[in-house]
Amino acid sequence: MLTCKNATKLISKSQERPLALKERISLRFHLLICSGCNNYNKQMKLIRQACEHIGGNEK
Amino acid sequence: MNNTTDIFSDKNITLLREDMLRFAILQLRDASLAEDAVQEALIAAHSSKSGFEGRAQIKTWVFSILRNKIIDIIRDRVRRPTQSMTREDGSDDELDELFDENGRWRKEAQPSDWGQPEKAFKNDQFWKIFEICIDSMKENVARVFMMREFLGFDTAEICNELDISESNCWVILHRARASLRLCLENKWV
Repeated sequence: MLTCKNATKLISKSQERPLALKERISLRFHLLICSGCNNYNKQMKLIRQACEHIGGNEK
Repeated sequence: MNNTTDIFSDKNITLLREDMLRFAILQLRDASLAEDAVQEALIAAHSSKSGFEGRAQIKTWVFSILRNKIIDIIRDRVRRPTQSMTREDGSDDELDELFDENGRWRKEAQPSDWGQPEKAFKNDQFWKIFEICIDSMKENVARVFMMREFLGFDTAEICNELDISESNCWVILHRARASLRLCLENKWV
């Protein structure tokens, strides 16, 4: 079972390279049941978008 | 003889220059280096500004020149470090403290819903705090983060430039993101 602490590490990793199938499944499942990590995931996406915006690099 | 006054006569270029300066200072943490980088980028842009159709394209293009200038400065700095590269702020414990002994979010540390990104980005206060939070990162952590997120390096390139292992790089990026997020959660939300 994925802890929140490890889920946050996986979320960060997923921004570097595609997750392995096992990693992806356990993260997906965790995000389904944990609203804190769900919000964390959304926050990470927002941060990345903000950085793209700052760098004049919007997609 | 200063031939660059016409660059700054257009009010929009002045605004662009401010954006560029803010971006450069954020990454270089040295106002005069940042000024130099911005100046060089603007001169390079000015001397070949043919065929631009819109302000958005100019900004993207000038920023790409600026990013390359910043990358050069960072490369140079990494090769010849002249000042202490770390700023201790105890943030390592700070991140671990958010979780209980079972690795779950502590109740008071649980990430909240920040709402729609578009809404946040329209808010000046968000950007002010964002800059403050980036600026408060430890320098060596910030460098990796900004190379990844602002300068568009992938992790392999960062490892190569900074001579660190890939797993080390991932750990640094994770902590950078986590502490940036925490700062935003505390100061903005």
